Amino acid sequence: MSAAQVRSRPKKGSPRVHPLIYVAAIAITIFMLMPLWLIFIAAFSTQADVYSFPKSFVPVHFSTDTMQFFLNSPGVLPAARRSLTVGIGTLILALAIGTPAGYALARFRFPGSNLITLVILTTRSFPVLVLSIPLAVSFLTWGLYDTQQGVSLVHTAMALPTTVLITSAVFFGVPADLEEAALTLGCTKVGAFRRVALPMALPGLAAAALLTFLLSWNEVFAATILTLLNRTLPAQILNSLDGAPLTYQFAGGFMLVVPSMVFIFLIRRYLVSSWGAVTK
Amino acid sequence: MSRQVAVSAPGEVRIPRASPSLARKARQQAVAPYLLLAPTVCFLAFFVLWPMVRALLLAFQSTAGTYTSASFHTMYHDYQFMPSLKNTLILMGTIIPIEFAFSLAMALILQTGLRGRQFFLYCWTIPLAISDLASGIVWLSIFTQNGFLNSALVDLKLSQNGYAFLSYQHKLSLFFVVIVAEVWRSSSLIMLILSGGLQGIPKEYGEAADVFGASFFQRIWHVTLPTLKPSIRVALILRTIVAVQVFAVVIALTGQSLPVLGSQAYYWYVTYQNANVAAAFAAVILGISILSSAMYLTVLRTPAGVAGGGR
Repeated sequence: MSAAQVRSRPKKGSPRVHPLIYVAAIAITIFMLMPLWLIFIAAFSTQADVYSFPKSFVPVHFSTDTMQFFLNSPGVLPAARRSLTVGIGTLILALAIGTPAGYALARFRFPGSNLITLVILTTRSFPVLVLSIPLAVSFLTWGLYDTQQGVSLVHTAMALPTTVLITSAVFFGVPADLEEAALTLGCTKVGAFRRVALPMALPGLAAAALLTFLLSWNEVFAATILTLLNRTLPAQILNSLDGAPLTYQFAGGFMLVVPSMVFIFLIRRYLVSSWGAVTK
Repeated sequence: MSRQVAVSAPGEVRIPRASPSLARKARQQAVAPYLLLAPTVCFLAFFVLWPMVRALLLAFQSTAGTYTSASFHTMYHDYQFMPSLKNTLILMGTIIPIEFAFSLAMALILQTGLRGRQFFLYCWTIPLAISDLASGIVWLSIFTQNGFLNSALVDLKLSQNGYAFLSYQHKLSLFFVVIVAEVWRSSSLIMLILSGGLQGIPKEYGEAADVFGASFFQRIWHVTLPTLKPSIRVALILRTIVAVQVFAVVIALTGQSLPVLGSQAYYWYVTYQNANVAAAFAAVILGISILSSAMYLTVLRTPAGVAGGGR
């Protein structure tokens, strides 16, 4: 806002905003949105239309036929339910473990804080593909192979560093003065956290929770490696790709996309601030 | 002074007597952060760091558990290994620069103060949270033989029956398709990271460059990019880690026509049921990630004292 005002201040030699900038912006917008429109059309047309050629770029026969075919395919609904369970399990686990850590990093100065931050940052840059292979081997002996708990554990390992970074940014945004005020008014440390910091941090924590859920919902390699019969939705779709009809694939792709779009819609206010924190 | 007294006579704590609760509080304060961090550190140690070591051990073991380099031998002589290594490196080498340039352009456009900035920002971040598998399927609907792109080509009379973008005979177009899907999916994240960095650059820098008559590209090259270094470093490291393990998008779009390291690790584990060779592939992936991260950290080092640097 203020940046815009500063920039639009008349200044010699600098035109306000070149029209070509708008052309580029609109072209990028089309590139970003067009594929989503097309997968929507593909998922909500009759099965015959999916195979027709040339295709229409607007829905001719709007129909839930293709979606129904996908949802009624063997294994899809249970897989979607498992994805939901695994995602919620990951969210609870990651927040339960990560929120205290985020709070500690935001509120306390202590020896070793830099080292711990560095370790957390480093673990974030380990490929989940690499760690899922030995864990799959271990899970066989621990009885966690092919269970939703097992997938949740690996997804938590993958998401936890990000959860910690975001929650610490969230608590950083809650003024410490308010908690101290609560302490002087007779609150215990825990009471001050519960009654002051937590309520104020809640929207940010909700965004962190959504992101954690989505990381889990999207993850496919570990989910495929760690399961056999109890597949999550992405794992189920990935395993059916070879030989599945296009109708199945398009509807499945649409199913995978929906939560991510809902997510962006819900957290659009936090996008820049919380993702800014992730970049530290 | 007073502290020395307390230390020299640990038996009788004289000084804090004035307020014994204060000393207890101080001690709690000192322990509290470690207690709060302990679960995270333990979890990461057990579920990330240890598995990383295990992955390497696994790669150097036989199925019976004895130490050997046989897995690497098998991997190296797998006829898909060299192509998959080459394809992965080609994809990394193309996707990352293209995506970086594209994201930087988006971030700069958002900085010009154009009308509807919020709207554009929202639209451009929509693919942010879409998975690689979903992105692959979305672009499959466009690039497949009877897909939307060929429909458009036929509608516009540019082609008779369309082009087989995904045929295994058209290697170049296979790469092109995967690159487009990856750039579409993950430019948003890089754009957000760079935007965050751009907002931290004082406007005076750009104005100073203007005063000295710098052209647009000189300004980008000499002012914007150097001050953006910390953000660029983070963006490139995160993006490269994702690019090295590229997998589902490739399978969704090309099946097995374009082997990459990630898909080979997957086939060795799931189809051939050999965790050791899969771990050997994983070790190569880990090696490339570490090497490229180290490279970024060296090349994009921020000299101490430069504004906009560090945390």
